[in-house]
Amino acid sequence: MSKSITVDGIQVELNGERNLLEVVRKAGIQLPTFCYHSELSVYGACRMCVCEIEGRGLQATCSTPPEDGLVIHTNTKKTMRIRKMALELLLAAHHGKCPTCDKNGACRLQEIAEQLDVKLVRFQNNVDLIPVDSSSPSIVRDPNKCILCGDCVRMCREVQGVGVLDFIRRGSNVRVGTAFNKPMADVECVYCGQCVTCCPTGALTVKSDVNRAWEAVYDTTKTVVVQVAPAVRTAVCESIGCDGEMAMGKLAAALRRMGFDRVYDTSFAADLTTVEEGTEFLKRLETGEKLPQFTSCCPGWVKFAEQFYPGFIENLSSCKSPQQMFGSLAKKHLPEILGVKREDLVIVSIMPCTAKKFEASRPEMVTDGMPDVDMVLTTQEVIQMIRQSGVVMKEIEPEALDMPFGFKTGAGVIFGASGGVAEAVLRLATTSEAGGGVMKFNAVRGMAGTKETSVDINGRTVRLAVVNGLANAKALVERIKSGEAEFDIVEVMACRGGCIGGAGQPLPNDMPARERRRGMMYDCDSMQVVRNAGDNPYIKEAYANWLGEPNGHEAHELLHTQYQNRRRIVGEPIEVRPSTAVDKAVVRVCLGTCCYLNGAYDTMHNLLEIADKKGLGDRIEVKASFCFENCQGGPSVEMDGVLHSKVTPDTVAQFVEQVVEPHLKQKA
Amino acid sequence: MTTNLTQILSKADLEALKTRAHAALDSDALRVVVCGGTGCSSNGSAEVLIALRQAIAAAGLAIKVDLLDESQMDALSVDFSGCSGFCEVGPIVRILPENIFYVQVKAKDAKDIVERTLIAGQAVDRLLYQDKNTGERYIHRDEIPFYVNQVNIALTDCGLIDPADIRHYIAHNGYEALAQTLEGKTPEDVVQVITDAGLRGRGGGGFPTGRKWGITLKVPGEKKYVICNADEGDPGAFMDRSVLEGNPHAVIEGMILAGFAIGADEGYVYVRAEYPLAVQRMRLAIRQAEQSNLLGDNILNSGFGFHIKIKEGAGAFVCGEETALIASIEGQRGMPRPKPPFPAQSGLWGKPTCVNNVETLANVPRIILRGSEWFRQYGTEKSAGTKVFALTGDVVNTGLIEVPMGTTLGDVVFKVGGGIRGGGEFKTVQIGGPSGGCLTKDHLDLPLDYDSLRSVGAMVGSGGLVVMDDETCMVEVARYFMNFTQSESCGKCVICREGTKRMLEILEKITSGQGVPEDLETLEELAETVRDGSLCGLGKTAPNPVLSTLKYFRHEYEAHVWDKKCPAKQCANFKTYWIDPARCKGCRMCAKQCPVEAITGNLKEPHVIDAEKCIKCGACMDVCRLKAVELQ
Amino acid sequence: MVEMHDPARLAERKFERVNEIIAECGANESSLIPILQHVQEEYRYLPEEVMSFIATALDIPPAAVNGVATFYAQFSMEPKGKYLIRMCDGTACHVRDNRALIDATKHRLNLAPGKTTTPDMRYTLEVVNCIGACALAPAVVINDQVHGQMTGDKIVALINEIDANEADGAEK
Ligand SMILES: Cc1cc2nc3c(=O)[nH]c(=O)nc-3n(C[C@H](O)[C@H](O)[C@H](O)COP(=O)(O)O)c2cc1C
Ligand code: SF4
Ligand code: SF4
Ligand code: SF4
Ligand code: SF4
Ligand code: SF4
Ligand code: SF4
Ligand code: SF4
Ligand code: SF4
Ligand code: FES
Ligand code: FES
Ligand code: FES
Ligand code: FES
Repeated sequence: MSKSITVDGIQVELNGERNLLEVVRKAGIQLPTFCYHSELSVYGACRMCVCEIEGRGLQATCSTPPEDGLVIHTNTKKTMRIRKMALELLLAAHHGKCPTCDKNGACRLQEIAEQLDVKLVRFQNNVDLIPVDSSSPSIVRDPNKCILCGDCVRMCREVQGVGVLDFIRRGSNVRVGTAFNKPMADVECVYCGQCVTCCPTGALTVKSDVNRAWEAVYDTTKTVVVQVAPAVRTAVCESIGCDGEMAMGKLAAALRRMGFDRVYDTSFAADLTTVEEGTEFLKRLETGEKLPQFTSCCPGWVKFAEQFYPGFIENLSSCKSPQQMFGSLAKKHLPEILGVKREDLVIVSIMPCTAKKFEASRPEMVTDGMPDVDMVLTTQEVIQMIRQSGVVMKEIEPEALDMPFGFKTGAGVIFGASGGVAEAVLRLATTSEAGGGVMKFNAVRGMAGTKETSVDINGRTVRLAVVNGLANAKALVERIKSGEAEFDIVEVMACRGGCIGGAGQPLPNDMPARERRRGMMYDCDSMQVVRNAGDNPYIKEAYANWLGEPNGHEAHELLHTQYQNRRRIVGEPIEVRPSTAVDKAVVRVCLGTCCYLNGAYDTMHNLLEIADKKGLGDRIEVKASFCFENCQGGPSVEMDGVLHSKVTPDTVAQFVEQVVEPHLKQKA
Repeated sequence: MTTNLTQILSKADLEALKTRAHAALDSDALRVVVCGGTGCSSNGSAEVLIALRQAIAAAGLAIKVDLLDESQMDALSVDFSGCSGFCEVGPIVRILPENIFYVQVKAKDAKDIVERTLIAGQAVDRLLYQDKNTGERYIHRDEIPFYVNQVNIALTDCGLIDPADIRHYIAHNGYEALAQTLEGKTPEDVVQVITDAGLRGRGGGGFPTGRKWGITLKVPGEKKYVICNADEGDPGAFMDRSVLEGNPHAVIEGMILAGFAIGADEGYVYVRAEYPLAVQRMRLAIRQAEQSNLLGDNILNSGFGFHIKIKEGAGAFVCGEETALIASIEGQRGMPRPKPPFPAQSGLWGKPTCVNNVETLANVPRIILRGSEWFRQYGTEKSAGTKVFALTGDVVNTGLIEVPMGTTLGDVVFKVGGGIRGGGEFKTVQIGGPSGGCLTKDHLDLPLDYDSLRSVGAMVGSGGLVVMDDETCMVEVARYFMNFTQSESCGKCVICREGTKRMLEILEKITSGQGVPEDLETLEELAETVRDGSLCGLGKTAPNPVLSTLKYFRHEYEAHVWDKKCPAKQCANFKTYWIDPARCKGCRMCAKQCPVEAITGNLKEPHVIDAEKCIKCGACMDVCRLKAVELQ
Repeated sequence: MVEMHDPARLAERKFERVNEIIAECGANESSLIPILQHVQEEYRYLPEEVMSFIATALDIPPAAVNGVATFYAQFSMEPKGKYLIRMCDGTACHVRDNRALIDATKHRLNLAPGKTTTPDMRYTLEVVNCIGACALAPAVVINDQVHGQMTGDKIVALINEIDANEADGAEK
């Protein structure tokens, strides 16, 4: 006898379902849910999914494990009353106006209120309004629309391993927010936007650049060119029901109709990245330095590494991401090709990604005061713009992309899926001058969070790992740190499944959607004539005409960058020893995580003791600070605006003698 | 306590120590026991102890320095004890072996106690307890009506032994249950005894303890935990505090036995931070048990080891709920999570965990020692043993009481409690605190046990029993409890977070005279939904005070809403203050007190209150000596 | 050794203590609550930066520390007065008319509406749920010392006494 559960009179066989909700869904009943997320831990707080279990009373289906023989009823007087009351209570505390809300039409609160026919709210909305936080380059947080489902909290901590958002206070005063209510821009958020993808309401949304984009388009003095990222096409084809090539063609046509001047493909730049990164990797492999090499095309991961793993910063590939390679190459050479002035050229990227908005704004990505990429639109934003313009995608005839940056290989396309970058590099590395490389590496494909394999390259065994989701990345780096695992190259993508699951993609962005998009990526790849980045004729031309050698001087100038140590949270220093002396020296010792782990606390302790011993106790003011963004040089100590690295507990005496005392003498 | 404790390595060692300690403690020599519980301490019992010691020394009598000092066998012992339950009349001093019971003792009474009682063997009349109803004085503790109807199991030895000296506990059969168990009993044996005894959880739920242990024993796992729930968040209850303060070793022994029964080697005591004395006593007791090798590795050379750590709560009622408590121990926000999985399956750090209340655990050693039959002789068929209640409110005798389960409400209020204080009339009892319900005159014959109480919509809860007289407004009572639960809701689930808030709003509206008839309907619907739909016990029980007052005192709600009247004359917004011109002599006292100058009148002429201006503070009523100010 | 009583060294001593506390309690997440409790004893509240430091030392997100600190009633994000007066509003005290007592205290301390700490940082008034001295209702705790069967007059007398002692102390 197989095990089964009776749902509203229907016998449902059990087949490994994790909870009653899945069983109920199997019975063809869609219970409303707010706080259930199949990829996160069980929470059980919204109470929308309740059912009555005979002999056990009311239970939330999302948090109840299935057991053979249960008899459950989903639609009873009590369950319906609970659902409607829960919704009424949520709406009573909800500040929002649907027509002007970013989530309008895609909001679960709206949808379920309509579904359950909630027509009356008997309670007054007496909740104070909280200011909207739009400090982040990528994400807007409107706490007034939050229903406290906790999805974002769990997403950020469980899947991304960051923990930017958490609950604050308790009872009816609970809110979701950042540490000490700081603006999102001042905390350790990596702008991956995964929290946005799971937020059922308009409380977390992507910062929109739609208006800025229209402004550029309407400005006749500007030439506006777009680059379209690999993963975007998968989402566009979803919405019109066609394949990826077709979607790109239609998208190009629509964008031109809307007033964009040129349409290019970021996959072209991805090919460039493959060549640069592959070359860099083979070099490192030869010298054995800075291994494992970590990919750097995901800005979410790069910021994560900068904040949490400063010790691995030099292991990051120095290559810019495809978006930024495109930007610097285009800004340099398109003016001539198109006959426009550099300052009149506007580069817009269409990305599946929210972190790319941040990436484009990084100071390293600005040349002569002008950003290499002027603005970043997400897939959702561009779909919004298409709808605004009235262009009907289904009907429009596809058009070809513009050259030279419109030509790509299959390798450039699969960048959008986890494993794609690794595979592109492998294709390149296994292809000799004569051609004939391997074009399929199954071990790096697929939705698994961590994939490990080894490949033979030029007679050498290369160990590689591919991870998606930053919590997986964290676990992997910890294993590398502890020496438990060794790799030569590691691909990291912040979003689950890679960019196809980026936060700029349309909803739903769940596992089935990502799986579908992944399939389209590889279909699109196999349709390409050229599938190895090194064989892209336009790339070859680019090297011949502009760049010289891969990793050569010009390539370095344009296509490579550096990373910086980055503080996790902005805060005031702690007073440790104040001084009232006029001729004092103010010394700030970093007690940020890295410096702390490098013994900064003892540095400070010794500093205080030495000061006392020398009778300078009253003239040296000591403060504890959090991260001077010099983590690799830790313990870091700052005095008089100058940062001093490696002031260890042992060398702090020297520091006092050589830096503090002369300074004090000078003051006196 | 400065004594170096001897290691107890076997049952024989324990026996030997017990014999000596018993002889020293319960010999014919006099023992003076000063209550050192929180209540009596706050009334100055420490000074009383010092004064007594000084007076005894001055009288040339010897005081025992160390319990087991052979040369001092006949010396007097003067110690602190834990709470005897009758804190209201503290500080309490008991003279043993005769058990003379002195109340409200002050330091200055020390001389009389020494001279008249310790030397001359007579009672000091003025220090004896005097029944407030009959005026009769009692010499011995066990004659006092407050104690006559009590049976002590969990509270045995509280108020008798010095909680700061493990040897006192040992003298009173302490750790003997443990020694017997470790000598050849199996975990299954222990589970069986507890199951047979019919012990049910005293933390509120009343879940059979033996069953819980049996389940946890059967869950496979190398590492398991025992947690002693001493969060005692019910405002108005303090039995767990008194047990921890008065007899911490009973709880420790109970925890070790629980550990043995379920296969755990580590335990946590989660205790409210508001209980500093309990924490301190527990810490000391753990240290002494460890020093004596009754706690730690290889207890009594049996191969079984058990360790206990203390975790202090940080002020959250919801952390009494077991999954929230576990989250709190793990260092997280105390938010409950859905069950199943139950802690027995996946508890602290995902390991099988057994959570038990303080009082439950304190019962365990006695049951093991004396057998399940002995325990079952108290209480009812389905609710065996006794229950400790915190009897408070408008009752003559307030304090901690332990009565057999099934004792009627009437007996508790009138026999133990001595009836209503201040001559008022009994109106209601709120049992089980904010999760419980109210009982009325009609329930005076109701036996207090788990099932009878549940059948009338109340619950034993943790055991708070607040008696209220006829000057109590039941809507206000409901509002008070709702205010408590809504401010203690963790805020995780929508229904409880928002529902309790809205219920409180409606209750506030009603008590302030703004209520409309539809409010009652909405309130009832909310209450039922919150009860049915909440995630954890806090939300599920939060509406109980509302539902039970609605059930038994609906007319009071209706009077507030329909007639704009508070029948108990308690809700400020319904009151009007009025000066009876016949009685007022125009002394101007009230006019001077009135903060808003609402009272006018010439000297020696009747005064009047301007109802428009009056903010109903009641000051005028308090000051008028002629009782001319009335409430209408 | 540093002069520990020197007021100029107070901040230093406090910070030193934070590190000691972390070492004593153990630098892991399950020690977070005890660490916060002890740190609050030092500072009389939880300064934001110190919480960031604790997050650093325990390697947990600062938002999680903030979440815990704001969940439990014991923790305060604002400095508390030297004397913490906790007035019980548990059931037993509530039915014994503690309202008048609370009002009298507020009045005596001259607390502005919505404020709980006096401007001179001498007193903080907190209304709490039961301190376990219910049989002595209404009960008040001043810095861990329980006072039972309180009345308005008694609490005012206690506060007067503290004021007098403080004045003496200041003279000396
Ligand atoms: C909101 C809430 C508060 C609780 N508070 C306590 C408490 O303070 N002390 C206690 O022992 N149990 C309390 N409980 C019950 C515990 O969750 C748990 O059932 C109990 O500790 C089990 O021990 P027992 O079986 O020995 O009673 C509370 C439950 C809820 C839902
Ligand atoms: S969050 Fe949803 S319900 Fe709220 S305003 Fe936006 S669309 Fe409307
Ligand atoms: S749905 Fe109703 S409220 Fe919303 S915009 Fe339309 S008419 Fe207005
Ligand atoms: S954007 Fe990413 S890192 Fe930032 S809060 Fe959201 S999930 Fe966390
Ligand atoms: S912000 Fe969105 S996801 Fe996060 S708790 Fe609020 S409603 Fe849920
Ligand atoms: S995985 Fe892709 S979409 Fe996600 S943050 Fe990284 S680059 Fe952006
Ligand atoms: S019922 Fe209340 S206390 Fe319990 S989990 Fe829900 S909100 Fe928290
Ligand atoms: S105090 Fe009493 S007697 Fe005096 S004026 Fe007021 S009401 Fe009249
Ligand atoms: S109740 Fe208060 S406000 Fe009203 S008249 Fe009396 S003293 Fe004045
Ligand atoms: S979806 Fe089940 S409780 Fe929220
Ligand atoms: S931790 Fe970043 S500089 Fe110290
Ligand atoms: S504290 Fe002394 S009798 Fe309760
Ligand atoms: S109710 Fe006030 S001390 Fe318990």
